[in-house]
Amino acid sequence: MLAFIIRRVAQSVVVLLVVGLVAFSLFRFVGDPVENLLGQERTIADIERVRSQLGLDQPFPVQYFKFLKGIVVDGNFGVSYRQGRPVADIIAERAPATLELAFVSAVFALVLGISLGVYTAIRRDGWLSNAVMTLSLVGVSLPTFLIGILLIYVFAVELGWLPSFGRGETVKIGGWTTGFLTASGLKALILPAITLGLYQMTLIMRLVRSEMLEVLRSDYVKFADARGLPSRRIHFRHALKNTLVPVITITGLQLGSIVAFAIITETVFQWPGVGLLFINAIQFVDIPVMATYLMLISVLFVTINLIVDLLYFSIDPRLKADGSAGGGH
Amino acid sequence: MLMKRPLLAVAAATALMASTALAGAETLRWARAGDSLTLDPHSQNEGPTHALSQQIYEPLISPDMEAKPIPALATEWGVKDGDPNVWVFKLREGVKFHDGADFTAEDVVFSFNRAKMESSDMKELLVSIKEVRAVDDYTVEMETDGPNPILPNNLTNLFIMDKGWAETHGVEAPAEFDTGEETYAVRNANGTGAFMLESREPDTKTVLKANPDYWGKGEFPLEVTEIIYTPIQNAATRVAALLSGEVDLIQDVPVQDLQRVSDADGLKVDNAPQNRTIFFGINSGDDDLANDNVDGKNPFSDVRVRKAMNMAIDRDAIKMVVMRGQSAPTGVIIPPFVNGWTEDLDKYPKADVAAAKALMEEAGYGDGFEVTLHCPNDRYINDEAICQAMVGMMGQIGIKVNLIAQTKANHFPLISGKETDFYLLGWGVPTFDSEYVFNFLVHSTTDERGSWNGSRFSNPEVDDMIKSLGSETDIEKRDDTISKIWQIVQDEQVYLPVHNQVLNWGMKDNVNFPVQPEDQPHFKFLQYN
Repeated sequence: MLAFIIRRVAQSVVVLLVVGLVAFSLFRFVGDPVENLLGQERTIADIERVRSQLGLDQPFPVQYFKFLKGIVVDGNFGVSYRQGRPVADIIAERAPATLELAFVSAVFALVLGISLGVYTAIRRDGWLSNAVMTLSLVGVSLPTFLIGILLIYVFAVELGWLPSFGRGETVKIGGWTTGFLTASGLKALILPAITLGLYQMTLIMRLVRSEMLEVLRSDYVKFADARGLPSRRIHFRHALKNTLVPVITITGLQLGSIVAFAIITETVFQWPGVGLLFINAIQFVDIPVMATYLMLISVLFVTINLIVDLLYFSIDPRLKADGSAGGGH
Repeated sequence: MLMKRPLLAVAAATALMASTALAGAETLRWARAGDSLTLDPHSQNEGPTHALSQQIYEPLISPDMEAKPIPALATEWGVKDGDPNVWVFKLREGVKFHDGADFTAEDVVFSFNRAKMESSDMKELLVSIKEVRAVDDYTVEMETDGPNPILPNNLTNLFIMDKGWAETHGVEAPAEFDTGEETYAVRNANGTGAFMLESREPDTKTVLKANPDYWGKGEFPLEVTEIIYTPIQNAATRVAALLSGEVDLIQDVPVQDLQRVSDADGLKVDNAPQNRTIFFGINSGDDDLANDNVDGKNPFSDVRVRKAMNMAIDRDAIKMVVMRGQSAPTGVIIPPFVNGWTEDLDKYPKADVAAAKALMEEAGYGDGFEVTLHCPNDRYINDEAICQAMVGMMGQIGIKVNLIAQTKANHFPLISGKETDFYLLGWGVPTFDSEYVFNFLVHSTTDERGSWNGSRFSNPEVDDMIKSLGSETDIEKRDDTISKIWQIVQDEQVYLPVHNQVLNWGMKDNVNFPVQPEDQPHFKFLQYN
C-alpha cells in the first residue's frame, strides 16, 4: 500500500513536470503579452526593454526553468502581468469562489444523479422515468454556456428571482470568503451550480441507471428477492452498493472537470473564481497566472486519481488481496 | 376600519418622505466588460484603468463629458511670457486629498517626476518635458525642450498623487513588472477626486463613496453618492444584468442587443461617435511583400492599386450589414473632434467596382493578385466581420485575400514587428490633435516616432513637417502644416479608412448622462431626471 502510494506520487511529479513543459511550449502561440502591458504610445525600445525584463526573449525551456526555480527556491509563483500582484495571492483569493461553486454543483449532481438514476432503473417503464431520461438528453447535449444564458434569461431577466451575475454578498472568514452565509450569496449560487452540475448530473444518472439495471438482473438480487427481503433493502443495500464502484471513478474524475470546466460557467455568470481569472489571463497572455493555474489543475487531477485508486481499495475487497501486485489503473 | 385610514395615509406620507430623503443618497451600479488593471495611476495607459482612476484621482486639466479640457487641479495655464519653452500652471487652492493632506505644488512636481520614470506607462506623453518645478505652493512651471504648444492636451489622464502618502507607503515609483511584489498603490488610492475608494476586489467589485469635502461642490451635479462598479465580461450576461435591473449603466451594449435594450421598459440606449477610427493598413514601402503571390515587386507600392482598393470598399454596406447602422463611415483616419479634421477629408468615395477594376488594369494588375489580411477578432466592434466583408469586396477587383483573424495578443505584435503587409487597426487620438496620429502612423519608423507605422510609408519631407509640429507656436501656421500633411496622406492613400466606431451606453431612463467620446464616464456629471 505504502509502496503503491510512493510510486503513484513519483509518477504524479513526472506528469506535473511534463504538463508544465507542454504549457510553456504553447504560451508563445497565445500571443505576446508586451503589447498588452504597454500602452499605445510605447516605443520599439520599450517593447524590447520589457521583453528582456520578463525574460520573454529567452527560449521556452529557459522560461520554464525560471518559473520552476521560483517555485522551488522562493515558493514564489511570480507576479501577474495583468494585475501586478503575486499570483499565489490572487489564486488564494479566487479559489474559494470556485471551490464553493464546484462543491455545490458536485452535491447537486451526485444527490440528484444517484436518486434519479435509481428511480429510473427501478421504474423502468414509468412515464416519469421516460420523461426524466428524455430531459437528461438535453443536459448532455446542450453546451454549458447556452444553458447558462437560458437560465439567466428565464430566472433573472423574465422572472427576476435570481441574480444574473456575481457571487452576491460574501462573508470573510480568515482568508476564505464564503457565499454560504448570506441570502444573496446562496441565491447567487443556484444558477451557476445548476449550469455547472447539469452535465455531471445526467452523466451520473445514466451511469447509475445502467449499472442498476445490470445488477438488478444478477442472480444474487433474484435470490434476495426469492428470500423475501424487502425490495427497499434489496435496491439500496445490495444493488446500489454494487453499482457504486464505477460511479465513484467517474464522479471522482468529474469532480476534477467540474473545477476545470468552471471556466465557462464562471465566464457566463461573472463568477469571481479561478476559471474567470484564467480566461482573463489568456486574453492578456498573463503567463505566470496561466502557468500556475494549469499546474494547479493538474495537481488536482493527479490527486483525485490517487484518491480514487485508494477508494477502490476500501470498496472492493478483491483489490486488497492482490494489492501488492497490481494497482496500475 | 375608518380609524385605520388616516393612519395609512400617515404611513404613506412618512414613506414618501423617507424616499425623498433617500433621493439624496443615490447608488449607481456601473458595469462594463473589463476591469481597471490597477489603481496605480501611472502604471497602465489603458482605457478602463483611466476611467476608474478619473473618479478617484484628478489631473491638472480634466476632460469633460464631451472630452473637452476643463480646469481640474489647475485653474489657469498658459505659456510663460517671454519664454515659449515654459508652461505655467496656477493650481487650485484649498484642495485636500482624501486622507486630509493639502494639495500643493510639490505634489504636482512629485507626480510628474513619477510619471516620467522608466517603469511608468505614461512617460511617452511627457517626453518633451525637461523639468517640472514648483515656483510657489500654487504655481508650477514645466520646461519643455523646445516650445510645445499642445502640452496641455497630453495631461488629461496624468493624475496627481500626494507626495507624503506615496512616501509613507513606499510607492514613489510605479511598479516594475519583474519586482515579484505588489505595491501599495495597486489596490489603494488617495486622490483629490469626487469619489473615494471604499473597497476593491479586482475583477469583481469596486465600491466608491462620494468625497464629502470635494472642491467641486456647486460646480458639478454630484448627485451620485455611491458607485458600485462590477466588470461583466460576457456580453449576454451584461445585457441581462441591465435588463433585470441589477445594474444601472453598462458601457458596452453589443450592437445586436441595442434594440432589445431600448425596447425594454425603463431603459434607454444613448450613443455618440467614439474617438476611434477603424482602418486598413497596407505595406506600400517595402520592395517586395512577404505575404503575397507577386514575386520581386510590391503591388501595394503602386498608388493606383491603393486607390482602387479604397474605391472598392463599400463603407455604407459595412455600416448597414456588419455594424447594424452603428458606425460613421469616413475617408480619413481621424474622428471629427480631432484638430485637423475637415469635412472634405471625411468624404469617402462611393463604392465603384468598375472604376476600381479599370485602375487595377492600368496598374498592370488586371488579373489581380493574392495577399494575406491580418485581423484581430477580440479588439474592435465586429472586427473580424469587417475583415470578412473586406475579403469579398477585394475579391470583386481581383485581389484574392486570405484572411487570418486572431486574438489581439497575436495580432498587434505583427504590426509592431512589421510582419504584416495588410492589416486592420483602430486608432484613438487622446490628445485630440493630428500630430499624435502623424507621430505614430505616418512618420517613418525611428526610435522615437512611427512605432505603429505598418504602412512603411516614408517621406523625409513629411517627416520634417511632422517634426516641426512639435515646436511650432504659431497656431495658424501649425494648422496649415497639418492640413498639408493630410493632403499628402490622402493623395498617397497611405491608409484605407473604414469608419469611426459608435459608442453605445445602456442605462436606466431616469439617468441623464451623455456618452463620452473616449468611453470615459465622469460620474460627477451624472444627473437624475
